[in-house]
Amino acid sequence: MISEELIKEATVELLRKTVTRMPADIVNELKNAMKRETEEAPRMQLKAILDNLDLAEKTNTPLCQDTGVTIFYVSMPQCLKVDVEKAIVEGVRKATKEVPLRPNAVHPLTRKNPGDNVGRKMPYVNFKIWDKDYLEITVMTKGAGSENMSQLAMLTPTQGVKGVKEFVLNTVLRAGSNPCPPTVLGVGIGGSSDIAAKLAKEALLRAIDKPNDDPDIAKMEKDMKEALNELGIGVMGLGGKTTVLGVNIEYAFCHTASLPVAVNVQCWAARRGTVQIYPDGKTKYPVHEG
Amino acid sequence: MQTRLKTPISEEEIRKLNVGDIVYLDGIIYTGRDEVHIHALEKAEHGEKPPVEFNRAVLYHCGPIMKKAGENWAIVAAGPTTSSRMNSLEPKFIEKFHPAAIIGKGGMSQPTIDAMAKHGAVYFAITGGAAVLAAKGVKAVHGVHWFELGMPEAIWVLEAENFGPLVVAIDSHGKSLFADVDAVVKKNVDKAKKILGI
Repeated sequence: MISEELIKEATVELLRKTVTRMPADIVNELKNAMKRETEEAPRMQLKAILDNLDLAEKTNTPLCQDTGVTIFYVSMPQCLKVDVEKAIVEGVRKATKEVPLRPNAVHPLTRKNPGDNVGRKMPYVNFKIWDKDYLEITVMTKGAGSENMSQLAMLTPTQGVKGVKEFVLNTVLRAGSNPCPPTVLGVGIGGSSDIAAKLAKEALLRAIDKPNDDPDIAKMEKDMKEALNELGIGVMGLGGKTTVLGVNIEYAFCHTASLPVAVNVQCWAARRGTVQIYPDGKTKYPVHEG
Repeated sequence: MQTRLKTPISEEEIRKLNVGDIVYLDGIIYTGRDEVHIHALEKAEHGEKPPVEFNRAVLYHCGPIMKKAGENWAIVAAGPTTSSRMNSLEPKFIEKFHPAAIIGKGGMSQPTIDAMAKHGAVYFAITGGAAVLAAKGVKAVHGVHWFELGMPEAIWVLEAENFGPLVVAIDSHGKSLFADVDAVVKKNVDKAKKILGI
């Protein structure tokens, strides 16, 4: 039986796992970066990053003090008659105290901080109904340092693929050392202004060792990663061979007169997590297995 | 060069540092980011002093996670925040309050580099996101000011012990490691464009 209480507790556990332990695909790529780097400056930064991950996991402590604002993606069975959003909100409130999370959510204009990460439309919950019998909740706890470097462009169709690539490149150049590189780039192409931005963020929910299922897009992801790693911005902007850990692209068909592109910049601490809650009350955390 | 310094730090000691040097800190450091800069400077305009002495002190661009342990606060995680957000106010802050050093990530713009050269201050880079490691270098929390600004924006009084490694990324002689990297990146843009066929 999937109850509000169960969803609330699963949300707390999901947030605890997400902010204290990184997904394996990101850790592997950070380790690969360490193997590639020869200069002392980036090696020192990568060592701190990897040591910190060990320490955070061992002590069950948030690996970065910026535990972000909480953006949720819910896939729910049609028949579920519980207030999932309310349960998630209560879960965020409890996790803020217990994990603890940093109280980051403030009123955008008065900057008043209620202290519990809960406010108007925050946590933000995206819903989808699906035909499976279990409830799936994915969360992204994304810091502001990288989010602030994200960009949207309404290109014209004449600018084409070249324009898209230029825009991604310029976004990385403009971000420079600010977003805690090496970054993961989520790129959303097409749709409309809002859809492109949404796709760019959703692209970050895919593991970086899983290319897009469209072979042309998969090649673009690979080429972009290779090209951006030639820039030499490097770990923490202190130079070296690793500026991005991965580039994930998602696209949607768009109006014949439009070419929207959004880049969501994600710091190396690319934290994401998923919980699946089954009708018998069992829970699974697929991103944090093992 | 690798060195260990105790806060507050004299101008003489700061002038000895050069970009690339590695530093570990002992003593009191204060956190302060967007709101602390805004409020401290606003109060100064009205002739009011901030609640702590920033002169020759170390300011840490950091909004930590803290936990109440009985009556006292304990540190949980305390990595740096993006320093460039403070670019517009930092030169004024340095001129007004004369800190010896600022700790952060990502570097700062030319007016801050100039202010640091003028007033004998440096910028220490610490690894962004490595917040548990950074918290290990904090021996005690001595209190908090302006808590009403919210946990991330308050001034936390931290006692550092062997806090680091910190890289001198901007020294007091006008040099910046980030500016050096920028010059390299500009040269590399064409290589990246070639791979992308643009």
